[in-house]
Amino acid sequence: MAPVLEVSGLTTVFHTRGGIVRAVQDVSFSVEAGETLAIVGESGCGKTMTALSLMRLIPSPPGQITAGMVKVAGTDLLALDEASMRRMRGSQIAMIFQEPMTALNPLLTVGRQIAEMVSLHENVSRRAANARAVEMLHHVRIPAPERRAREYPHQMSGGMRQRAMIAMALACKPKVLIADEPTTALDVTIQAQVLDLIGDLRKELGTAVVLITHDLGVVAETADRMIVMYAGRKVEEGRTKDLFADPCHPYLQGLLASVPRFGGGEGERLREIPGIVPPLNDLPKGCAFAPRCQSAIGRCRDEVPPLEPKRPGHAAACWVT
Amino acid sequence: MTMLLDVTDLRKTFPARTGLFGNVIDRVHAVDGISFSIAEGRTLGLVGESGCGKSTVGRAILRLIEPSSGAIRFQGNDITKLPPAELRALRRRMQIVFQDPYSSLNPRKRAGDIVAEPLMVHGIAKAAERREIVAALFAKVGLQPRQMGLFPHQFSGGQRQRISIARALSLGPRFIVADEPVSALDVSVQAQVINLLMDLQAQEGLSYLFISHNLAVVEHVSHDVAVMYLGRIVEHTDKASIFARPLHPYTQALMAAVPVPDPSIRRDKKHVMGDVPSPINRPPGCHFHPRCPLAQPRCRTEEPVLREVQPGHRVACHLV
Amino acid sequence: MSEVLYYARRYPLGVIGALILIVFVLTAVFAGVVAPLDPLTTNPRASLAPPSSTYLMGADMMGRDVLSRMIHGARISLAVALGATCIGSGLGAMLGLASGYLGGWFDLIVQRVAEIMQSLPLLVMALVITASLGPSLTNTIIAIAIPLVPNVARVIRANVLSLRELNYVEAARAVGMSQARIALVHVFPNTLAPLIVLATAQLGSTILTEASLSFLGLGVPEPYPSWGRMLSESAAEYMRSAPWLVIFPGLAISLVVFGTNLFGDALRDILDPRQGD
Repeated sequence: MAPVLEVSGLTTVFHTRGGIVRAVQDVSFSVEAGETLAIVGESGCGKTMTALSLMRLIPSPPGQITAGMVKVAGTDLLALDEASMRRMRGSQIAMIFQEPMTALNPLLTVGRQIAEMVSLHENVSRRAANARAVEMLHHVRIPAPERRAREYPHQMSGGMRQRAMIAMALACKPKVLIADEPTTALDVTIQAQVLDLIGDLRKELGTAVVLITHDLGVVAETADRMIVMYAGRKVEEGRTKDLFADPCHPYLQGLLASVPRFGGGEGERLREIPGIVPPLNDLPKGCAFAPRCQSAIGRCRDEVPPLEPKRPGHAAACWVT
Repeated sequence: MTMLLDVTDLRKTFPARTGLFGNVIDRVHAVDGISFSIAEGRTLGLVGESGCGKSTVGRAILRLIEPSSGAIRFQGNDITKLPPAELRALRRRMQIVFQDPYSSLNPRKRAGDIVAEPLMVHGIAKAAERREIVAALFAKVGLQPRQMGLFPHQFSGGQRQRISIARALSLGPRFIVADEPVSALDVSVQAQVINLLMDLQAQEGLSYLFISHNLAVVEHVSHDVAVMYLGRIVEHTDKASIFARPLHPYTQALMAAVPVPDPSIRRDKKHVMGDVPSPINRPPGCHFHPRCPLAQPRCRTEEPVLREVQPGHRVACHLV
Repeated sequence: MSEVLYYARRYPLGVIGALILIVFVLTAVFAGVVAPLDPLTTNPRASLAPPSSTYLMGADMMGRDVLSRMIHGARISLAVALGATCIGSGLGAMLGLASGYLGGWFDLIVQRVAEIMQSLPLLVMALVITASLGPSLTNTIIAIAIPLVPNVARVIRANVLSLRELNYVEAARAVGMSQARIALVHVFPNTLAPLIVLATAQLGSTILTEASLSFLGLGVPEPYPSWGRMLSESAAEYMRSAPWLVIFPGLAISLVVFGTNLFGDALRDILDPRQGD
């Protein structure tokens, strides 16, 4: 199957007083219809900037996408003018955010906001748009959708708001859904419900999902494939199963070892990754992870390792493994 | 085993709505009659979702908010009625570490001064001596003493959390409330802070009340675990029992909902439905009954009592 | 000293602001030396004389030298502007801090009084105060400062309310620090940024309020000049026929406001350690 979303060589920088911040450097990936790709990394690794670059929502200035291609169903988004891009957002590629309270307008009913999204992209009557809003709320399993459509965001719980956001994002059946930490602000029981929902809708609608998260548990449960980012670069990529079973990059190895898990050893020390993430305006010369890496060799400090296949369908950017 | 902290029937209500003349119309029962104790050198993990009252418990114990009723015995003395002077003395023995590494440090003060402040407040040591004490504290929590002159924004999240811990340690406390101390941190840094807290416990015999929503972290650090739901403890026992065989349906639901970082485990997808009800308007009977897959008619009307179902294992459920 | 140079290099606009203020203050202090002519001497032949080599900024209706009057006027205008702003902001900040941090009855009373004061126009309140105290420089400053208090108090109170909830304030309570010390050490310094913004914004309006008071005969008594009075006396009548009577005092007021804003912005950044690197 041809991928719905193809990203290649995406590079985004920010011009700041402290110098050029390289938020995203040469990131490439593709996602097929009905597939979930997770982008994993810690704060400052560039995962959210990658998502915003795909939507072309980088504040500019100071941000700037300096290179790359983002193809959705064959159309390169980076080549479009702003008006055409606006038509793409919502209809072809949609995004949901971490905090649904700030992403919804507090002064409009939830139904109205979804209906507006529909009438923006499709030539339908107001009544049809409203009907679609109710249908979408039903689709995201909000009980009593007719009544909920007339409610304002503050009348809903956090989980319900995130569902409403998903309903709005999917109202025009976009081919690609970008979910930026969609469950981080939610309680665990609600998180489980929302993740189930995203998984089910993806199957029903055949949407390609790009899931951005820092939570390795969420990745393991929802993603078919994953990419790991560190300091703006992709450092590892492959099927989720393979990466968890046999991580190649010392960074992913360290991450997996540092997560406390159920049934872990009694009072055992967790493995730490020493040090901190380097600032993006002052990256080391070679591999950005080298200063924190226990297996680093001389070459790691001088040359950026290229991403190369290490096992079938599993690539990593590391000189050592 | 001697109990360092003994909490009995602690309650805290907040006015939810007040009338024209400041009269209270509605109350939020944030903490609704909970009891537990913590022994020297032990950690009690307090788990629950947002709005369950777990943070209120931590603050009420330190009397950062005044409990509405109940007794808090620390080293045998009830501290709920202590006058201000004695409360101040108590501050040297119990401390708190907060979740947010950004709002917990005054941005206008240098890291060294932040850690020295409790010493100054209590008139401990002279300036030069204080510097040495602070330097030693920095070293103890894994910071460089030469970083004492820096401002909070010059540190990373994990380092700021270390400063918070150093501040809490400065008065040599016996007991620390750790309110979601690693929730705002990145995974790789989380491990550093958890290890630090556990090392400090081993070295100094500290006791912790470890408040968290993250079950895996709680399992890692705690000796005992109490699960809260809407102001009450629904299950309370030692770590091994609760994780091996959770008895309350809510504890079971909570554990089933935690995403496990292992794709080879495909769990059955039976998640509890519905949202956590508002603490202002709690369901009658067992507060969990509207979301409980096992609820019986009795659960809707009769409040289950937290009772010992096995030695050392307390559960509040009619069906256990 | 090296610290001053360090900040000067980092905030060139702040330096410009500071220089403007310094020049004005020095002019005011040494008015007697700097002014080319006596500001009170009239000269019927020079009535409304345009700028010339004798009268660099022209002369007014009574033939008094505008430049000299401006130089002497700087004394009153700056005293009123800086005095009223400092007193008003200081009092307001103290009340706002106490009101927000203590809460309870004190807060309730302070807020209701502030609301009543805010419902009266600034000028009307200043009028009432000067009318009851009598016209003099000190009373003018007081009359202009008091109406500023409720504004500042409310902004600072709102700021304190959010600061009070921050964990570092809770942490300070947890180590046993007294309320007063927490308010002074942890809360007040963090309200400086809004305070400076507010104070610089009000500086210009104090000069103009003084003008209105003087125009109504309740400000600093005649014949002592102030920029505000020079402006308000001539704005309506001479804008077309003798614009120098309006332009120069107006320019002076604008420059002082501009200078304070530049300086205030830099000061706010310098006082914030987060801007340090």
